Amino acid sequence: MATVALDRVNKRFGDFVAVEDFSLDVAEGELLVLLGPSGCGKTTTLRVIAGFADASGGSVRIHDRDVTREPPYRRNIGVVFQNYALFPHLTVFENVAFGLRRRHIALSEIARRVERLLALVKMEALAQRLPKQLSGGQQQRVALARAMVIEPDVLLLDEPLSNLDAKLRHDVRHEIRRLQQMLKITTIMVTHDQDEAMSMADRLVVMNGGRIQQMGSPQDLYLRPSNHFVASFIGQANFLEGRLDGDGSRFVTRSGLAIACAPSSPQAQSLMIRPEAIERVDASASGPNVLPATVEVVTYLGSTSELTLRLAGNETVLVTQPSNNDSQRSYRAGQSLCIRIDPASAVGIAAA
Amino acid sequence: MVRGNRPRERLGRLAFRSAVVGTFVFMVLPIAMVLWLSFFSNEILSLPPEGYSLRWYSEMLGQRQFIGGFWTSLNVALLATACGLLVTTPASFALTRLKFPGREAILQFLMSPLVVPAIVIGSALYMSFVEFEVRTGLGIAGSTWGLAIGHVLITIPWSIRLITANLIGVDTSVEEAALSLGAFPLVAALKVTLPLIWPGVVAAALFSFVVSFGNLEISLLLVAPGNTTLPIAILQYLQWKIDPTIAAVSALQIAVIGTGLLVTDRFVSLAKVV
Repeated sequence: MATVALDRVNKRFGDFVAVEDFSLDVAEGELLVLLGPSGCGKTTTLRVIAGFADASGGSVRIHDRDVTREPPYRRNIGVVFQNYALFPHLTVFENVAFGLRRRHIALSEIARRVERLLALVKMEALAQRLPKQLSGGQQQRVALARAMVIEPDVLLLDEPLSNLDAKLRHDVRHEIRRLQQMLKITTIMVTHDQDEAMSMADRLVVMNGGRIQQMGSPQDLYLRPSNHFVASFIGQANFLEGRLDGDGSRFVTRSGLAIACAPSSPQAQSLMIRPEAIERVDASASGPNVLPATVEVVTYLGSTSELTLRLAGNETVLVTQPSNNDSQRSYRAGQSLCIRIDPASAVGIAAA
Repeated sequence: MVRGNRPRERLGRLAFRSAVVGTFVFMVLPIAMVLWLSFFSNEILSLPPEGYSLRWYSEMLGQRQFIGGFWTSLNVALLATACGLLVTTPASFALTRLKFPGREAILQFLMSPLVVPAIVIGSALYMSFVEFEVRTGLGIAGSTWGLAIGHVLITIPWSIRLITANLIGVDTSVEEAALSLGAFPLVAALKVTLPLIWPGVVAAALFSFVVSFGNLEISLLLVAPGNTTLPIAILQYLQWKIDPTIAAVSALQIAVIGTGLLVTDRFVSLAKVV
């Protein structure tokens, strides 16, 4: 049974349509990520689920209860805000206890549950501090504890990592995932960071212009993006313009280059190839998709190198290769070589 | 501040300092003069004083209208402050947190006691009170409550400005966090927002008290014999006599307001909120 079910949710601000026909089922215990560029409607969707914004149309159900017209305080949700929004005048303990006090739980039970959550986020030693005496990472953990302690039906995370520095962000990602799985809390997270989204999500929803572009597992979206936007938003991708030929497993570029590809939709107007799906092969190699190429630019990134290659039809593609640290075989601009494109990883993509 | 050591820069610095000192003297001098005069021993005000005494303070304590006026003013100011805050705090919440048609107009309307001459407000209130008394038999004009109602009007613009300014400064996501944790809007306002805007509320209370305690024009038409505020008692005394008793009374008024400022500053740093 779905924990959260959105049915054709719309949100308009005057003439501006922020969210359009948004339908989504979130399963029990799932971590679902809404991913998209700023202004794509992901935060608005989260605010509609939380009840901070009214849906202009459609319905929101939590545990099969229609909450579309319910205020936030009757939804049993936990929210972690981008700026954490801790209560500045209350101690860490009182911040976390706030939701429990509103639920008229016995004092001993409140203390027990707050202490358990503070221990889980490793903040028990700082329970009597005020938020301004905490670092950003600590505040974030308090915000998580405060939202989780009430055992919400759904936990909503609004860009929870965007105010942390890069190193911390990486740790907190795993921390959130660990807690979420341990407590089995159904979670919806909003982010514009695809790495964050890919590494944390059970399921991803890519949004753009207020609409769902594609929904699926991180692998689905990475390997089989349904349109150009999704393909370019998640990971790096090469796009070759052209059309499908014959039975749909051969793509002909504008310059006439024929490339064997995975079965794709007939409307495909470009061929997407991930940079790591192109490998260097010996000139003697045979088989499909072995093409000559010239190295244009080499960017050394440590364990890998990025090569910009020019193909026979004058198309350029970006290729990621393990760095060859043996100077004899290292890549250099102007070099000619042969590459092979994995047909299973070449996918025809529709325009939008 | 002007930096550097060239003649023009030195001159600039001198001009700046003179302006600061000049303004400061301009503000402090009248108060200092009043305090000084209140200790003169001569009855006719003249400089230099013939000597110093506490005679005018005992004179003041002997005059019933000053002592009575002081208590009336204190009562009225406390009542007006309390009633004013009870009205303006919820009003400020509504003005900053709700969207409704005419919001701007209402805000401007609440500022209007600053625009309408206070004597006009006093007259209008007096006529309304008389009319009210004619119809109901309840006499408000001349009572402490009548005065307080009038004074609430002039405290409203100050309180609304100070409290709305503080409310606008509160991050709304903090209030949303409270709602998401199950707090009803009133609970969220009392447990979360109010503590955050407390400095503004204290400042509003202080301004209201000062504005009410020193008010003359509105009180003028609303006082009754035996129920006179301190500024009116001073005015009435001045019509007959000028001697340093007035200075002593003024010193008392300055002391009350000064104490209010100092006590408030102990709880909320006034430099932060005003």
